[in-house]
Amino acid sequence: MERFEYASPSTVKDATALLGPSWNDAQVLAGGTDLISMMKDFVASPKRVVNIKGISELAGILTTRSGLRIGAAVTLDELSMHPLVRSEFPSLITAALGVSSPQIRNMGTVGGDLCQRPRCWYFRSGHGLLAMQDGKSLVPNGENRYHAIFGGAPAYFVSASSLGPALAALGAQVTIASPSGVRSVAVEKFFVTPKTANDREIDLHPNEIVTGIVIPSSAASSKNATYEVRQKEALDWPLATASVALKMSGGKVASARIVMGHVAPTPWAASAAEKSLVGKSIDEASAEKAAEEAVRDAQPLSQNGYKVQLAKVAVKRALLAAAGKA
Amino acid sequence: MSTPKDDSKKKRKSAFSRRGFLQGLGAGTGVLSTGILVAEEAQAAPATPVSGPDAVAITLDINGKIYKATVEPRTTLLDTLRDQLDLTGAKRVCDRGTCGACTIIVDKKVMYSCTILAVDAQGKKIETIEGLAPEGKLHPVSQAFWDHDAQQCGYCTPGFVMASKGFLDRNPNPTYEQVKKGLGGNLCRCGTYVGVRQAVLQAAKNIGGKNA
Repeated sequence: MERFEYASPSTVKDATALLGPSWNDAQVLAGGTDLISMMKDFVASPKRVVNIKGISELAGILTTRSGLRIGAAVTLDELSMHPLVRSEFPSLITAALGVSSPQIRNMGTVGGDLCQRPRCWYFRSGHGLLAMQDGKSLVPNGENRYHAIFGGAPAYFVSASSLGPALAALGAQVTIASPSGVRSVAVEKFFVTPKTANDREIDLHPNEIVTGIVIPSSAASSKNATYEVRQKEALDWPLATASVALKMSGGKVASARIVMGHVAPTPWAASAAEKSLVGKSIDEASAEKAAEEAVRDAQPLSQNGYKVQLAKVAVKRALLAAAGKA
Repeated sequence: MSTPKDDSKKKRKSAFSRRGFLQGLGAGTGVLSTGILVAEEAQAAPATPVSGPDAVAITLDINGKIYKATVEPRTTLLDTLRDQLDLTGAKRVCDRGTCGACTIIVDKKVMYSCTILAVDAQGKKIETIEGLAPEGKLHPVSQAFWDHDAQQCGYCTPGFVMASKGFLDRNPNPTYEQVKKGLGGNLCRCGTYVGVRQAVLQAAKNIGGKNA
């Protein structure tokens, strides 16, 4: 790890003032479960680290007029223990508990889950987000069994966020502070597919801090669930996940949100599958059909065709779980 | 794998610090190019003190005792425990927050000490394996590990014992499935999981028995 300056501000205003115009100037430290390892591997070497765990504005989960506000520094453990989140948003609980090491849940934060960098081994080995070597991506002809099945060139990594798909399905917003003010962006727009090696995979500038998440009040009436498919029960990222949120009307689907995780550089919305469910009740057949729609446009690489089936199963089971038929 | 010593040699040349800045000014070297700090000092005094990258004095509360150390901000709590404070129970294995051998308890929650900065651990109550047997008598969790032969090479054991203690503090009457999930953050390459889980279930009974 390179040496760095360290500051531990107590307000968001002070924190953003300590950041700089480039990621090399300063980076934000919350749970540290991603940043510290990346600094050890020299994938990130900021000149300054700004600890935001001491900022009280970033803590706590509270009901506001616009919805449920979850502070960016709330840990995954705190999130998963919260009574209101447990009763209203089982999809978030499953996603948070899917981060299956208690130590990581005790350290890692909600904001950190959204901002963590991809686990792509080319990225982690210093080839950048687009895994480039000699002007070409290493992914298509390389080891790609955990890479994307949606999105295609030039980015093949998968978003590592566990909460992202669940929050996107619930229609949540990310609140972001910078030295010049506060802005808000939909979770599904917060994640972006980089076009060039210099782009970031999230809509965040180096002098900005994610301050929290707001889940709209209307989401509380949705039937929601997450289903994860993973190789190991513990200490691993999922291979494919699906989060769904259904608005029901008289036993039929009025509107559906289906967002898959770990299959694309961003949480990946399955719009055709969402439309296919409107006006239908959720049963084996309709869930199976929606799941087929969800993976229809998948473009697997040489080693990850199996992920198409996993994603399909995740969508089907998440739908059945949300409808209480799992 | 990098060690703190390796990096420090490389990095000292481009040190980016208040002290480096002042020294640079005196010696006439080109440290002025280090953007942020210069701009910041030209403005109003920053509300938040910035320390490092040189070593800073810190105070840690470990097993109820106060320890003082001098560390660079990049130094992990694990390396501080092991290299400066002679508390070598927590082990450095993966050093990336994925194996659990460095598990300690911070403010009653199990955490990976390899992935916490020592400067960040100030003001928190830290428990390490050394604190479990202050009188030389084994803690019920350690005793249960002994009774169930829950180790082979033993290198993961201090981490497992701390993870188990932290788990039982929150779940005094666990089921087998809960134990399995609750210890999901620790790896044992000898494969002693079965013994470990039995040990935790026995420890739960023994601790419960004592408190009753």
